[in-house]
Amino acid sequence: MATASPQRTDGRPAPTPQPTLGESLRRNGVSRRGFMQFCAATASLMALPPSMAPAIAAALESARRPSVIWLSFQECTGCTESLTRSFSPTVENLILDTISLDYHHTLQAAAGDAAEHAREEAMHANAGEYLVVVDGSLPGPKANPGYSTIAGISNYDMLMETVADAAAVIAVGSCAAFGGLPKADPNPSGAVSVQDLIKDKPVINVSGCPPVPMVITGVLAQYLTFGKLPELDQYNRPLAFFGQSIHDRCYRRPFYDKGLFAETFDDEGAKKGWCLYRLGCKGPMTYNACATMKWNGGVSWPVESGAPCLGCSEPDFWDAGGFYDALSVPPGRSGDMLLAAGAAGVAVGTGAGLLARSKARTAEKQHETVTAEQLEEKL
Amino acid sequence: MAPIGDIPIKIEGEPAPPAEYGNALPVLSQVRHALAQLVQGGEPTQIDLGAMPFGPGDEERLMALLGTGEVTATVDALGLTHIQETAFSGVWIVEYLNTDGQRVALHLEVDHVPQLLRSQPEDLGAALAALNTQLAGAPDAT
Repeated sequence: MATASPQRTDGRPAPTPQPTLGESLRRNGVSRRGFMQFCAATASLMALPPSMAPAIAAALESARRPSVIWLSFQECTGCTESLTRSFSPTVENLILDTISLDYHHTLQAAAGDAAEHAREEAMHANAGEYLVVVDGSLPGPKANPGYSTIAGISNYDMLMETVADAAAVIAVGSCAAFGGLPKADPNPSGAVSVQDLIKDKPVINVSGCPPVPMVITGVLAQYLTFGKLPELDQYNRPLAFFGQSIHDRCYRRPFYDKGLFAETFDDEGAKKGWCLYRLGCKGPMTYNACATMKWNGGVSWPVESGAPCLGCSEPDFWDAGGFYDALSVPPGRSGDMLLAAGAAGVAVGTGAGLLARSKARTAEKQHETVTAEQLEEKL
Repeated sequence: MAPIGDIPIKIEGEPAPPAEYGNALPVLSQVRHALAQLVQGGEPTQIDLGAMPFGPGDEERLMALLGTGEVTATVDALGLTHIQETAFSGVWIVEYLNTDGQRVALHLEVDHVPQLLRSQPEDLGAALAALNTQLAGAPDAT
């Protein structure tokens, strides 16, 4: 991040370099101990081990605030709501101290020409270095652009123009990452995802409907800290947050292994907190950080509240069958509308269910109860 | 934004007994290993409890198992950090709060002294310079 600004070719004066984060904190009277405390919290935020705090401190000492342009297209503002409910660090710290949020038409005071001018200024002043965050899908190049425009500019034109000089693009939410609800069958607006259009820049997908707020800030914090993009999975999602399935990190997993399932939302099993697999939980095929980072500042998450995981961070989850149909049950029984669900979604749902059942049978056969003491001996 | 704990909720009837999801004991076992490493090789360990898939009641169960030791400390820097020694010497609970008093991280540190309580090496040079300045400006005591 601490790279020099590129040479200006338009004759205008080069922008004054932003102070480093270390300089900024010292100027504001933050002690070294306070800084280390911030770094320990940041390590947790980035799903890194606490022992990484000194490395984070060394990197942040010389980090400069990146300019961020946030584009909102066909979306419900849920992703921005999620971010502004994040408090690790507080969104105020994140926006005002850590990143330079130069354009976000939901949060900014400016409107109309003044707002668009701010976006163009940020692009010119930080050419080659700024981040573009997108939430929402957008009508593709062959679709009617009238389905979604801002200031008379089609979403497609605005994205391509803004991304041209960006360092990277972060697609926040399942709509930007995979098309989401607007792209769900029959996709009336011809919606596409960001990665369908951007092929010459790194695209990081932070999926979820909405994404876990700390995951949004964690990805931004990682870029700020190390100045490079995180390691990604097959869907371009950061492995640190999307590397393990909900099922594998679920605290109810022991009940699945024992074959103890809630069959309805108010039976004895539900009251005892048993596994929600048979109530449609998509945890086995869903990769996200909900089970550990949780929601509302760590208070709870859907499964802890008794609701099965909907699989909202997976591609095309809207078309993958009934939310309350178990993975092994072919989707479509919940209503005639679902009969039109995409064949790919059906195959994924059914396949994952069969795989899960097969794994369960194998696990059952191989299951061996061990005590903590025996486990220690093995370690 | 008001903390979620401030939302007034009245629970009628007896609260349900905390469930036992069995996730506390494996963490305690991890702590035992970390303490053995500290004793044998002097190697400290930090465990991020926020990365554990705890169910309701698991954290409380773990804290009850760890107990309370003799030392309590609070660091007031960019939000409070509460540090509590457990009943097991060398095992510390470190809770980081932000400036709004909300928890941002919960760690277990297995070390002689938690890292945050140590004077930071970068501060020592600055402290020495500040003392030198103060002495240079002080009236001659002789």
